[in-house]
Amino acid sequence: MPLLLSLLLAAAPLATLPEPQAAPVEETAPVDWDREFGVVRKERDPVTGEIPLDPYPQSDANAGAAPFKGETMARAFGGQAGIRKITDRALDFSLLDPRIEAIFAEHDMVRLRRTLFEQVCFILSAGCHYSGREMKVAHKSLGTTRADLNALVEHLQQAMREAGVPFPAQNRLLAKLAPMDRTITER
Amino acid sequence: MVCSLAVLASTSPCAARQAITFDSGKLILTNGVTTIEGSGGGGLATWATISGMGTGRAVGVSAHVTGLELPDFRLDTHGLAIGIHDRVELAYARQNFNTRQAGAALGLGRGFQFNQDIFSAKVRLAGDLVYGPALLPQISVGAEHKRGLDGGLVRAVGARQSVGTDFTLSATKLFLGASILASATVRFTKANQFGLLGFGGDKNARRSMQFEGSLGLMLSPRLLVGGEWRTRPDNLAFACESDAKDLFAAWAISRRVTLTAAYVDVGSVATFAHQRGGLLSLQLAH
Repeated sequence: MPLLLSLLLAAAPLATLPEPQAAPVEETAPVDWDREFGVVRKERDPVTGEIPLDPYPQSDANAGAAPFKGETMARAFGGQAGIRKITDRALDFSLLDPRIEAIFAEHDMVRLRRTLFEQVCFILSAGCHYSGREMKVAHKSLGTTRADLNALVEHLQQAMREAGVPFPAQNRLLAKLAPMDRTITER
Repeated sequence: MVCSLAVLASTSPCAARQAITFDSGKLILTNGVTTIEGSGGGGLATWATISGMGTGRAVGVSAHVTGLELPDFRLDTHGLAIGIHDRVELAYARQNFNTRQAGAALGLGRGFQFNQDIFSAKVRLAGDLVYGPALLPQISVGAEHKRGLDGGLVRAVGARQSVGTDFTLSATKLFLGASILASATVRFTKANQFGLLGFGGDKNARRSMQFEGSLGLMLSPRLLVGGEWRTRPDNLAFACESDAKDLFAAWAISRRVTLTAAYVDVGSVATFAHQRGGLLSLQLAH
């Protein structure tokens, strides 16, 4: 690491040569990486608290799995209230997990909490429509790996266990999600 | 890119991390346990799984010790395995087969031990144990090269060689919707009693196709119970060899420690019938 740092520092004066008077300011003030990389941050919607996305085709098919028939699964998960508690808890665990927290830290968690709930609620036939994007689009450029996915699965398992969802029902939900691995992991 | 720049200047910890990465990222218990032959699997039956906890971007390692206590014999196995990118498994195992009192009755001497080194390799060809299409299992091919250390003796009882190689083709899937793990393997082998009594025999000298299967029920993310069946060749005239089967429970005490207990029936061994007993296996994996 020290070597890497010195390499970067050695490169810095070169980059700022055209504007020598600006250099001392940059050394003291923290770098605005958003400006450096031209990142434009959209304002959150004052009503929903979500960062607006460009329009996309909405469909339950975006959930990536066919819903269960009947009410057995929805009941096993405690209906919509139970599902919301489970998906929120799984995301809370993920935000606290050093292996994967960085993926979520830069994410619109307000929107993710809503869309993940909708997705699971739709698949369990608990009376929701999924309004989120396709799995492939939603995970584009996240650079997620199989190990990241496994970490999230473990958190979902723990959340379901805490909520008292019977183990066979837990696995039936995971069986719906497992075939999506190729669309949500990239590396 | 940053790493390669640093490498140009000098050796860096960054480069070392890229060469061999341990992520210990598999789901708990999905690395399987270790067979008595050292390859990843159940207790008796080989699975298509790759040992170690590493995922496709990492390396995993595992070590095991197993004891099988039978009425007239005892088998001890220990070994190491490496899983590379969840694609290739390389393993070594040592088997020590103690004949105890039976050794005296067979004229070998009380407590005589047959020993065998097993070097094995397995490659995952397609599919995934957990993910991907629900009906596509993880499929692997493997080879187990067994080197018996008691050549003169096994030839004296009718075996053709003391060294032999088994070839395996395995398909294994965790059917999540039913919480069931199923595995099937075909093995091309001429091993007598897993190779401990040599390879080929006076009755049949050539390889034959044998089957091994496992069926397990997941009771929790950490507990799998089930049974296994393994057919075996019957090459030696002096003693018949029968199928081996077991009932097992594999329990992941933690992410890296798995304990397996099994009730094993290997049938008749070297004229001693009804060899049923207990197996206990400890696996450490990273």
